[in-house]
Amino acid sequence: MKFKGLKGAMLSRTAMVAALGLVAAACTPGEGEQGEFVDVGRDPFPSSYTPLPSGATLITGATILDGNGGRIEGGSVLIENGKVSAIGSDVTAPAGATVIDAGGRWVTPGIIDVHSHLGVYPSPGVQAHSDGNEVGDPVTADAWAEHALWPHDPGFIRAAAGGITSLQLLPGSANLVGGRSVTIKNVPGRVSQDMKFPGAPYGLKMACGENPKRVYGDGSRGGDFRPHTRMGNVAGYRQAWADAQDYQRRWDKYERDYNAGFDVLPPARDLNLDTLAGVLRGEIRVHMHCYRGDDMGTMLDVMKEFNYQIASFQHAVESYKIADKLAENNVCSAMWADWYGFKMEAYDGIRENIPFVHKAGACAIVHSDSASGIQRLNQEAAKALADGRKAGVDISKADAWTWLSLNPAKSLGIDTKTGT
Amino acid sequence: MRMLKSITAATLAFALSGVVSGTVSAEDIAITGGKAFTNGGSGEVANATILVSDGKITSVTAGGAVPSGYRVIDASGKWVTAGFMAADTSLGLTEVSLSGGINDATAPKEKGAIGVSVVPALNPANIFIPNTRIEGVTRAMTRMTNSGDMWLGLGAVLKLTDGDMVANEKAFLAIDLDEGSANEVGGSRAVLWSKLNEKFQGAKDKIEAAAKKDDGDTKDGDKKDAKRPSAADATLKAVLSGDMPIYALVNRKADILQLIAFQKRFGIRVILGGAAEAWMVADMLAASGISVVLDPTANLPGNFDALGQTSAAAGRLHAAGVKVAFIPPGTHNSRLVVQNAGIAVSMGMPWAAAMDALTVNPAEMFGVGDSYGKLAAGMDADVVVWDGDPLEVMSSPDAVLIAGVDIPLVSRQTKLRDRYKDLDRSPAFDR
Repeated sequence: MKFKGLKGAMLSRTAMVAALGLVAAACTPGEGEQGEFVDVGRDPFPSSYTPLPSGATLITGATILDGNGGRIEGGSVLIENGKVSAIGSDVTAPAGATVIDAGGRWVTPGIIDVHSHLGVYPSPGVQAHSDGNEVGDPVTADAWAEHALWPHDPGFIRAAAGGITSLQLLPGSANLVGGRSVTIKNVPGRVSQDMKFPGAPYGLKMACGENPKRVYGDGSRGGDFRPHTRMGNVAGYRQAWADAQDYQRRWDKYERDYNAGFDVLPPARDLNLDTLAGVLRGEIRVHMHCYRGDDMGTMLDVMKEFNYQIASFQHAVESYKIADKLAENNVCSAMWADWYGFKMEAYDGIRENIPFVHKAGACAIVHSDSASGIQRLNQEAAKALADGRKAGVDISKADAWTWLSLNPAKSLGIDTKTGT
Repeated sequence: MRMLKSITAATLAFALSGVVSGTVSAEDIAITGGKAFTNGGSGEVANATILVSDGKITSVTAGGAVPSGYRVIDASGKWVTAGFMAADTSLGLTEVSLSGGINDATAPKEKGAIGVSVVPALNPANIFIPNTRIEGVTRAMTRMTNSGDMWLGLGAVLKLTDGDMVANEKAFLAIDLDEGSANEVGGSRAVLWSKLNEKFQGAKDKIEAAAKKDDGDTKDGDKKDAKRPSAADATLKAVLSGDMPIYALVNRKADILQLIAFQKRFGIRVILGGAAEAWMVADMLAASGISVVLDPTANLPGNFDALGQTSAAAGRLHAAGVKVAFIPPGTHNSRLVVQNAGIAVSMGMPWAAAMDALTVNPAEMFGVGDSYGKLAAGMDADVVVWDGDPLEVMSSPDAVLIAGVDIPLVSRQTKLRDRYKDLDRSPAFDR
């Protein structure tokens, strides 16, 4: 195999298995002292987000979309200690609360963008700021977006002006496996940890289709590198998962042997396989850049073969062709309202993609992948809603808002904390 | 037998389509009852009757009668505007730009493409054209975006019909004076501006020398040796005589000041494209008569040429008296120029000014103001009936006329929509 990173991993694994065999053979339970159990920390870069002190605030007289399909005219929202504490048409302000009259205005949950490269491709977009694609090896699950996140990207404050309160920052799509994403709150920070959403699970960015095969297939990185075709793409994902299964088995065996009283050494850590194994354990969510319906269909089977869950297909320009299958498999589609046509796998994009996915009962999300688009996701949802209605799909504004906050929150695993 | 039948059907369909498009262009149409904006965002006419005959608008009246023989499009309760124009695209020149075959909007191997017209490269069957026009955008400026140096050739104005699309074949000479171009031309703006000035000065000297020679030679009758000017010379002559504007792509304030000085030096007509920091010198641009084409969504410092970029630019330039038109977000989404206009309004541009920027302003900038941009007698009948305020994102057209042709609201996208609206095992088998 010429998936460069994996080749190295396989070599070290072979050496490790041999070493383990020796160790196990040399020890029997109860004889001699056991070393300390090695438990790899799962959160080496913990969130340092600190909520600002906030008093009680009552917003009154608004048209409220609750984010869960509900709509309240002349409604109020009470916020206490940074949390929504009451919502309805008859909420009274506690003593000392700040009251905001929102008559004639709308109140919604903050918008969550599941696909942003703010901070990793910050403005100014000069070469020195290009921190989103760890090109050179098609499987780089060891690359973490938060290590590229520049908190001073001016795009964050523009996004805030567009109502973005939480967002997922992803590595780019040059690689089959691009690396770990990070979910953040759209707050100022001095270091990336200040912005990290406390308790949000990690995501893993993967990519289907044209981008990986173009990046590695054009020969500019040497003929040694795969993939060159969609066949090579799928071979690459499958080999990566197979290696991750093997890696996990070695850790499981280490734990079993240790618990049985053997003095065993842990497997050598492989940062790439650490993340992939985290997906197989269900701790890390896969967000996969995928345009064509048939590419997504292939990935649904890869997902079953290796027993992991794809949380979302990103871009998902052809989800309307397979929306029923996406619903069955519980995979969200994060989509643009109307981007299409700029490459072959985006050629069949239609303006009704989002409402058609919604109509099929699948999870629809409006996303940006753009420092400009992130400022206007409400307009993107509005366009999709209008196009859907013109095509006979009757969706209310309250239901459409699920595309902007609840569904994104679900796909990121933060829906108990935000989104409604 | 069966084959014969299908051939007959196909022939008939072909004949019919020929008849239909032939008669539709000559069809007499009355659009009645709508709220019409006849002059960009002004000239509102309530309950307007707009009569269209032989591809042209023949009259616009409030509550006017419909002559017999006119097909009526009822626009009661709707808004009626001129078709909109996307002021900077590569429509007709590019299909799939990334790994999708040739892109005629880019000519990276060519230098000195001063006299090269984009028109021979146009593809009227390009799928982006129907996708664009059914959203109310009936005109587009189109040009090359890239070459081996700063010269991007002669751009055109298109009307987005199925027939002859070219409304102005040589609308402008495009010159890239931005960072990317400087990278190609010596690697420095110092070289770029020097080469630009040399080229124009050389052309000016040549024209003056030829004029002197002409004066001296008239008596000799020795004209047969006169060489036909090259396309490049003819282009520069047209620019220096004021017959043709240049479309100069610049973003940085310092470069825009260079451009203003360049315009004064040669006395030429200039349209400024890109224009991230144009608002910082809005008064000077207004005084110089330089109009601006910009993208109102661009509000981040994308590079060091655009540190002052803001979505408030369109409103500020308009307030200073600069004529503004809009760039859409990419050629395939040329239709979204309308959303961009709405964004300019949300950032301070008056609604009527944004409507002007979609119609009369680009028409005048790119030399088609005599035939397009207004709803008035004698103009090409580019007329759009909207189901609401066209600058609201949830509005869309109910009828689109281009040069008098009632365009079916059908595109490759609408066909895909209809094919997949209800998911069957394989919709292709249902045909």
